[in-house]
Parts: sequence; structure tokens; C-alpha cells
Amino acid sequence: MDEPLVAIENLTVRFDDRPVVDRVSLVLHRGDIITIIGPNGAGKTTLIKAVLGIQAATSGRILRAKGVVIGYVPQHLSLESTLPLSVERFMLLSGQPLAACVAALDRTGVSHLLKASVHHLSGGEQQRLLLARALVRKPDLLVLDEPAQGVDINGQAALYDLIRQLRDELNCGVIMISHDLHLVMAATDKVICLNQHVCCSGHPADISHDPAFIETFGRPVAESLAVYHHNHNHSHDLSGNVVGTDHSGSANEHGECDHEHH
Amino acid sequence: MSIIDTVLNDFFWRALIGGLGVALIAGPLGCFVVWRRMAYFGDTLAHSALLGIALSFLFSLPLNLGVLITSVVLAMALLLFSRNKTLATDTLLGILAHSALAIGLVALSFMPDVRIDLTGLLFGDLLAMNRNDLLWIYGGAVVILTLLAVLWRGLLMSTIHEELARVEGVPVERLRLLLMLMFALVIAVAMKMVGVLLITAMLIIPAATARRLASTPEQMAALAVGFGFVAVAGGLSMSWHLDTPAGPSVVVTAFATFLVVYGGAGRLSASRPA
Repeated sequence: MDEPLVAIENLTVRFDDRPVVDRVSLVLHRGDIITIIGPNGAGKTTLIKAVLGIQAATSGRILRAKGVVIGYVPQHLSLESTLPLSVERFMLLSGQPLAACVAALDRTGVSHLLKASVHHLSGGEQQRLLLARALVRKPDLLVLDEPAQGVDINGQAALYDLIRQLRDELNCGVIMISHDLHLVMAATDKVICLNQHVCCSGHPADISHDPAFIETFGRPVAESLAVYHHNHNHSHDLSGNVVGTDHSGSANEHGECDHEHH
Repeated sequence: MSIIDTVLNDFFWRALIGGLGVALIAGPLGCFVVWRRMAYFGDTLAHSALLGIALSFLFSLPLNLGVLITSVVLAMALLLFSRNKTLATDTLLGILAHSALAIGLVALSFMPDVRIDLTGLLFGDLLAMNRNDLLWIYGGAVVILTLLAVLWRGLLMSTIHEELARVEGVPVERLRLLLMLMFALVIAVAMKMVGVLLITAMLIIPAATARRLASTPEQMAALAVGFGFVAVAGGLSMSWHLDTPAGPSVVVTAFATFLVVYGGAGRLSASRPA
């Protein structure tokens, strides 16, 4: 098999002797989408910072494939309003040529904002800009920290769908943090439920039955996820059109099918 | 040679040339002070300059060098202290700023043989600028502007999003250190112009004024230099005609420009530029 993009072995990160990430192992290959879920303070952000190489490990090992280009989509862009910055200038700071920047913005659907100020973007536009910024570097590994934060519910589905498409186009690995349990379940190959340690992990359909998952998130959440899984295998955009099929590689082709018809 | 000599022999021209040199570096560097919210940090370094002067007399070093060394040491100390997050940064800066100022004043009082013009140190003595000062200012300008030009993209990236910059391989920590060293240098060379209490004004006011009209970071840096020039030229003529102290006059002019630009731009267009 191909070499993993990232392999984490027994990673522990402690802040003041308090373990924030406790003996976590994970392996990510090209084409994988791994989603990390977990309650607040579970160490999700610390874990992906370790993956990014900007958080030192207390113990354990983080192995990254040689020459791997990481595209990082931070939670948000908290920019000082005193710094004047256009979308174009922000993209060009990646060091990539303008044509590539425009193409990346096009791919995430915000190229019309090229001349706009970064300060005047909505939450969804900002996320798509950050995604384009990561994309323009042609990453082997895409790391996203709550990519759908501040995006309305329909936009969220479209965003997760876009991430899946990008995985196919770039043949990259994806690791992301998310709170949007329903949407995550549809858009991911493997879920890791983190609560300092890995409390459970596996395929989304299996994990919602896992006792450890039920204990962490409560039975109602787990049950709603299980129900969701039985009944739903595609997402919709704002007008109700099917925007993509979901997990498990089902051969179910929707084509132009409109979900509203009977 | 003779024209240059004539110009440099005139205290007014020396003051103008020196002041413009300071504005040239304070513009772009001041933008980073504003963008990174480092105003209080700049103040702290500036306050420590007085301690640097006392130490210069003690070890008979050139004043600029003593100030430079003290600012560098203080910048390093701040960098180390700020890693330990027991005290909020502004508390830490407040402690160090005023302690350095007080220690400097106390140390100077122990040197009765040293006759210094305290008002000049605190509020600037632009008109007493000599050729050696000009050499320091323009030497510093060459160093700082070259560094800024070479490191611009990395500095901007780490200002916009530190973690994103780090992931993209920008040496964020090293750039932060370099930026602090550049502040130390600008304080050492600008001290004589506006004095330790008013240096931060020269960094912040032109940059803040420029923000109103700029739509790119580079425009803001260039406009800040322009507004710095206006402040220096205006302040000096004010000082000349009204016999006011030069340093404070420069700051007053900078502030007046700020008010005009913000008031005027507000009336011209309701929507703010990018």
C-alpha cells in the first residue's frame, strides 16, 4: 500500500501536567477523510495542531510523509480591521500566481469577491476564501478546523460536499474537526471521537452504536444519527436539488433527480 | 560639497533632514505597531531609552548605542516573559515601562557631574540634531527598510494569521524577534527627535491616519511615510514661526493631520475604503 501521509503514534500532549491529548494514534492515507468529533476541551484543536506541526508533542511520534504540502483552513480569519486587505492580495500572499489564485477562488465559488475587502465577507464567504487559500497550494493534506462554523445549514451541506469533491480532485487526505454531527456522518470515511483519548473510532454508521460514543454524546444524539443514517443518503442545496451522494461509496446515481418528486 | 556643507551646517535643515529620515522608517514600522497592537510595547521600549542613556554615561558609550543595547535587552526580556503567561502582557509592559523610566531617572540623579537636558530627552530636541545623529538615522533607515522589503511577505502573513503562516513555513518566531529589534533601532535613532515620551506617537499617528485612505497594506505604509513627512515639515515650521518646542509641535501636526483626514474622509464618502 502507499505510504501514509500522516501517522501519529501514541501522541500525548500535556499542558501543565494535564493531558490534553492522551495516547492518540491515527493513520491517514491519500483519499481518506477523517473527522474528529468530541466535546469542548476534548483536545481536538491540539491534535490537529500536532498534525500541522505547530504543537510540540510531550511524548509519542508524528510522522509526516516527505515533502507533504499541507493546506490549513483555520477556524476563522480574525483580522485586525486596521489592516487593509483585499481577497486578491490575501490569495497572492500564498506566493502563487494570480491565475492559480483565481482558479482556486472559482473552485470554491467566491471568485466574484476577488476585489472585495476581506473585512466585508460573510461567515460562509470567509470559509470559502480560507478553503481557496489552502487549495491554491495544491495540498497533499487538507486540515480543516470546524470549516462550517458561521455557515447556515444549507451552506454547511454544500461545504462538506465541496470538501469531498476536492478530496477526489486533488487525491489528498483530509482531516477535519467538526461539531456538525449529522453532516459529518454523511461526508466522512472515518470518525474519531476524541475525549482526550480516542473514545471510539470507525465508520460513521458503526460508531453511532458504539457504547462509548453513546456515553459521550448521550443516547438521543446517537439515536438521531443512527436514524439519519438509515433514511438519508444524499444532501441538498438551498433549492432542494441533490448536491451529492454520501458515504459508503454507494453506486446510487442521482443525476438530476429532484428529491421533491414522488 | 559646499552646498551640502552649507545645508548641513544649518540647524534647521539638519532637523528637517533628520526628521524626514525618522518618518521614512516610522511609517512602515508604525503600520506593524498598529496591525499587531504593539503600541504599548513600543511605549515600553521607548521608556527604557532613559535607562539606556544613564548606562551610556556610566560606561561612556555613545548615547545611541547605549539606548540601542538597552532596548534590545528589554525586547528580549519581554519576549521571554511573555511566554510565561502568569501576567497579562499589558500588565507586564506597564511594570517594565515605568520601572525602566524610573530606574533611568534615579540612575541619572546619581551622576551629578553629568549635565543633561532632561526635557530634551523626554520631549525631544530636534533642533540640536548634529551630523552624527543624521548618520545614525540614515544608517538605521537603510538597515530597517532593507529588512522590511526582504521580509515583507512573511511579516504580513504572520500578522494576518500566525498559525497559517507557520503551517506555510514562515519563521514566525524569528520574524517577531527581528521586528522587535527593528523597534529598538528606531527608538535609538528617533529618540533625539521627539523624545522618549512621544516616539510612539510618530509610529502610530501617521499609520492610523494612512489607514483611512489605504486599500492595501503597501499603500498604508507609503501613505504613513507621507503623513510622517507632513508632520515633520509642519511641526518644524510651527516651531520656527511660533517658537514652540519642536518635538511636541511635530506630534501636534501629526494629530491635526489625523483629525483632518478622518473628518474630511467621513464627509466625502459614507463608505469606508477596504
